[in-house]
Amino acid sequence: MSVLASEATARPAPVPVRGSGPRGPRLSTRLRAARVPYLFLLPGFAVFVLVMAYPMAQAFRISLHEWNILPGAESTFVGIANYLRALEDPVFWKALVNTGVYMLATVPAQLALGMLVALLLNRAIKGRTWFRALYYLPVVTSWVVVSLLFRYLFVTDAGLVNYVLVDILHVTDTRIAWLQNRWTAMVAICALGIWKGVGWSMIIFLAALQNVPKELTEAAELDGASPTRRFFSVVLPMLRAAVAFVTIMLVIGGFNAFTSIYLMTGGGPGNDTQVLLTYMYEQAFDFLDFGYGSSIAYILTLIVFALSVVQFRVFRYSEED
Amino acid sequence: MSVRDDRTTRRDPLVYLVLVAGLVLTITPFLVMISTSFTDQSLVLELPPKLLPADPTTRNYTDALSSSGFALYFANSAVVAVATVAGVLLLSSMMAFAFARFTFPGKSVLFGALMAALMIPGMILILPQFLVARDLGLIDSRLGLVLFYIGAQLAFITFLLRGFFQSVPKELEEAMELDGAGPWRVYWNLMLPLSRPALATAAIFTFLGAWDEFAWALTIINDPDKRTLPIAIALFQGQYSTSWGLVFAASVIAVVPVIVIFVFFQRHFVSGLRSGALKG
Repeated sequence: MSVLASEATARPAPVPVRGSGPRGPRLSTRLRAARVPYLFLLPGFAVFVLVMAYPMAQAFRISLHEWNILPGAESTFVGIANYLRALEDPVFWKALVNTGVYMLATVPAQLALGMLVALLLNRAIKGRTWFRALYYLPVVTSWVVVSLLFRYLFVTDAGLVNYVLVDILHVTDTRIAWLQNRWTAMVAICALGIWKGVGWSMIIFLAALQNVPKELTEAAELDGASPTRRFFSVVLPMLRAAVAFVTIMLVIGGFNAFTSIYLMTGGGPGNDTQVLLTYMYEQAFDFLDFGYGSSIAYILTLIVFALSVVQFRVFRYSEED
Repeated sequence: MSVRDDRTTRRDPLVYLVLVAGLVLTITPFLVMISTSFTDQSLVLELPPKLLPADPTTRNYTDALSSSGFALYFANSAVVAVATVAGVLLLSSMMAFAFARFTFPGKSVLFGALMAALMIPGMILILPQFLVARDLGLIDSRLGLVLFYIGAQLAFITFLLRGFFQSVPKELEEAMELDGAGPWRVYWNLMLPLSRPALATAAIFTFLGAWDEFAWALTIINDPDKRTLPIAIALFQGQYSTSWGLVFAASVIAVVPVIVIFVFFQRHFVSGLRSGALKG
């Protein structure tokens, strides 16, 4: 997994700070030179701390309080009460399960389909550029637009999906009330997640495939290896960094799913399609319970962190084989 | 070589079949969207669905464009997205330059902090971010959108640009330094001009992120005059709960700039990705 680990391992030491060499100029000049990289970092980090780092710390503090959102008002410290409340909250568990289902349905599908399309497009075929651009179209289209669009496609009475299933394929006679039931609604939500994400995996895999030397696959082909064998034994190992990168990003993206659920079902019917983020949002901005909302956010953070550690281990071990 | 070419040709029909099947699934929703946007409201959701509306009308577009505020929402989105791109490109390229070309105490800690931000789903920060924005008086302000969009995208773009900067040969820089150029001139007159493909890639990512963003705008914008397009479109749907033609006409208008930019920068896009994010 050299994409993210390169800082620690791969890079040679960059050029020394200017003017700091052994025969360098006066001390004041050297100090000024030593300041230079920090000056380059300062504006960016000022924004970063204000918008990312400080809120990250603040979220933890809020999660330990019954937070009073009025400016300057006192909040009651409640320890881990908000976390304990989550553990006993059936809706929290439902949201957790839905988040897991979303992940298990969308991540492998995006990986596999993205890889398939990338492999098919990684050859001299006519219209390659067009295929690539059109497959990428959902990625660049806003979540708001595609969420409303999928809601429209999954409308019960006259939606395209039911029309195709009932009137063209004759798979079923009854029109499915997709967005009115938990699992059918999850199917629609996951379908959107996969549809929107395949192009992204594809483009990363396509970029990575360009770095696989043709000689390798040709040699394997001359040795009589089947296409499947060639893929798993020659190509896939060369793509390890890309697969790791895509997997990690898709998992994080899966946890970040909000807009599609918010706009397609609003977490309903009841709370049946809540995921952790929609539930967090509802607790905070509908019920103004920032303390409980923040504890849900922190539980989510811990899960993501744990999963990332596991993924890093898996990918690093396979690198050592 | 010729053996390989023959086999590729022989397998082509199957390859095309799979690719076209996938393509149909990929673009059908867009065709539905475009078709519905040209369909009169009374005929939307009629069975059987028609790919080409029987009696196409541009009324949804004229209605959307003349509806109160639509031009304003479009302008808001454009201003916010362009300001975000400018801010991210400037701040991230400066940080990337520092990380790519200097050694200094605390470097790996600072870089690690940025990378850690890439590893969390950004949305979890929205509650404390809301409180920060409120305390700074940034509720209902476009600056509030821009500032937080910049913060959300800094880490990834810095990572992308650092990879590119590291691939720029040091000799050019050393030649400039012999002529007496300081680090700021190297950054501005050498690094940035040489990095146009990477900057273009970064600009697309950033523009898309800001143009499409929904959750943060939903949270801090209540004033109708400050709405961005995603908010306006989502509200269209609530406001006229069955006016799908109108919703999709507005959506098409919102998607067009994205497609234009994407097509325009497409070439840079893949090459920029290849040189940046996926080295090694």
